[in-house]
Amino acid sequence: MVVVNESLCDLCGTCAGVCPANCIKILETKVLIDYNQCVECLNCAAICPFEAIRVSGEEVIKV
Amino acid sequence: MKREYDVVVIGAGPAGSMAARYAAETGANKVLLLERDREIGVPVRCGEAISESSLKKFVGVNSQWIASIINEVRFVSPAGYVVDAYTPARGFILHRRLFDHYLALQAASSGVEVITKANVEFVDEYKDGFRHVFVDIFNEKYTIKSRIVIAADGVESRIARQVGIDTTVKLKDMESCVQMLVGNINVKINRIEFYLSTDLAPGGYLWVFPKDENSANIGLGISGDFSNSKHAIKYLQEFVKTKYPDASILTTVAGGVPCTKPLEKIVDDGFMVIGDAARQVNPMTGGGIALSLAAGKMAGEVAGLAIKEKNTTADFLMKYQKEWMKTYGAEQKRYYRLKEFIRTLKNKDFDDIALNLKDLSPEKITLTKIFTLAVRKKPALLVDVVRVFANI
Repeated sequence: MVVVNESLCDLCGTCAGVCPANCIKILETKVLIDYNQCVECLNCAAICPFEAIRVSGEEVIKV
Repeated sequence: MKREYDVVVIGAGPAGSMAARYAAETGANKVLLLERDREIGVPVRCGEAISESSLKKFVGVNSQWIASIINEVRFVSPAGYVVDAYTPARGFILHRRLFDHYLALQAASSGVEVITKANVEFVDEYKDGFRHVFVDIFNEKYTIKSRIVIAADGVESRIARQVGIDTTVKLKDMESCVQMLVGNINVKINRIEFYLSTDLAPGGYLWVFPKDENSANIGLGISGDFSNSKHAIKYLQEFVKTKYPDASILTTVAGGVPCTKPLEKIVDDGFMVIGDAARQVNPMTGGGIALSLAAGKMAGEVAGLAIKEKNTTADFLMKYQKEWMKTYGAEQKRYYRLKEFIRTLKNKDFDDIALNLKDLSPEKITLTKIFTLAVRKKPALLVDVVRVFANI
């Protein structure tokens, strides 16, 4: 499952432009992902200029 | 706000404001322009460069929103070789916030109703000559009837896809961009600079566009298929830290630029798509302001005419698509072919081009000359080079 780090997200909409499922909606202050439509292609995570999208469970915990 | 309109435009960037204005001036009486954000023109996700000829053609020139006048273009190769191109034509760096305000106010002067903080949730299908626009304005939900809906919702282009026009951009054709407005630096106010290097910006380029003597838009775009291993922000942070260690960073914005072939379908019954949402961007340069102004005007005029003639079907609105393809379609294809070729160039190729131009007198170093050298290993592209640079 892809997750958006809201503190990094700039709401630029680039992820939505490459989403083949059209399941990303940019609001004025946040991003909504329709997980029922998401096909987990990870295009959004690849394209994000600020690296604000990750696959959940992939976070490296730094001690 | 009314409950029924002739034309509703979604998105108040340059494309949307132009479309609304020209629809109102051509024959639509009730035109509504909806902007999702709290302020039109903000944030500025743009390098802000436009040619003087395009600006004069579509808007005119107003010193209020001109930051700097450009008459020099510099390319820097990976090894640091400098090529100063001779350009008879001038360009401008805009203050996009003020420019976008101006365009929206022009629309308002023509009778367009403008509303901000208006988030369109959904546009339904065309029935009995209308579509319904479901919109959230200041946390209140409204349903608005409109004979024509024009989607100008930018790179995300959600509305067009929601009504069935596939505007999805392939990963490799989306440029992942970051830009900083950087202060406390010295730049030449009349010169824009481009850095070509797969180390600085793979599948794209880095730009330095002066806003005044001590500040500039410094940004870069990288192709989506290089972005996963290292994201755009990292490339730009490294460049600015190395090249301008004393810089103050006033703004950092992200953005995406669709660099695709022209879309085959940009209209439907009671529906048109324009600007970045319609992928109307020069795929080689990533420049989109001029094309958005052009598309907005073209679509707005057809929309106004459709209202006057009482025919808002796809058959009628097709006038816009046909005119667009006739005027800009072939050009976008040429630029796309050139972009696809430039993607294949290595750092050594960029350095070779620069070295090749070293002994030429400055007025011989034209954009045609530079790109002719660039494509010399693929002469089939020469025709494209000659055609696209003939007027520059």
